[in-house]
Amino acid sequence: MAANGKKSMLIVLRHSPYGSSLAKAGLDTVLATAAFSQPVDLLLLGDGVLQLQPDQDGHRIGQKNVGRQLSSLPLYDINHVYVDAEAVTRYNVDISRAPVDTRMLDKEELHQLMAGYDHLLGF
Amino acid sequence: MIYSLLVLSSPISGHGSRNAAEFAQCVIARGHSLHRVFFLDTGTLASAANCVFPQDEADPLRTWVALAEQHAVELVICVSSALKHGMLDQVEAARHERPGPTANPIFTVSGLGQLVDACANSDRLITFGG
Repeated sequence: MAANGKKSMLIVLRHSPYGSSLAKAGLDTVLATAAFSQPVDLLLLGDGVLQLQPDQDGHRIGQKNVGRQLSSLPLYDINHVYVDAEAVTRYNVDISRAPVDTRMLDKEELHQLMAGYDHLLGF
Repeated sequence: MIYSLLVLSSPISGHGSRNAAEFAQCVIARGHSLHRVFFLDTGTLASAANCVFPQDEADPLRTWVALAEQHAVELVICVSSALKHGMLDQVEAARHERPGPTANPIFTVSGLGQLVDACANSDRLITFGG
């Protein structure tokens, strides 16, 4: 439970940005939650780290740019974006050029993070 | 305990949507309260009124309708996902000049705020699919 009595929420994005519409659905949920002033943090797990690839061009496949949507998170006061360090290494994502600032977590830290929320929503 | 469900799976691919409906029945049977079922992304197809299933296959819509009719469970489909998947109620069909509604009227079309509200007012939020 967050300090103000509201339920804390971690949204976990586990899918690649353009392979399905789940990435978009997850990000829309993040933004809606923040818009209603509910505490929400974000975790990119497994294939989800591909959403952090720099220089995305969704336009060429007729889709909105997921990277651009991620870059807007600080405007909604979403300041905690966590990322699965092992997956970043596996996919060789250049996290220094990612669209949003993130904090890398190892497996042990991921377990601790996920245990600390009232709700986990997986996309 | 107060439960809400988030359904992301399509009712005609895999078993996430069916599991959600069965879980909803169990929640009620065990005496818990089911605050809301929210359908997002391909999950919104659960509301499709015009699907036709072979006689030897279960019609997934029937389970949701029974839940709503027998236990007054609130079934909400996300408006932006629903529009993209062609799931329109009377109001949206008129607004977008489509021939008629395509979603079963037992489902309510509303925004993601209903999911945020469900999280804020439930002890457990269980996601199916994704």
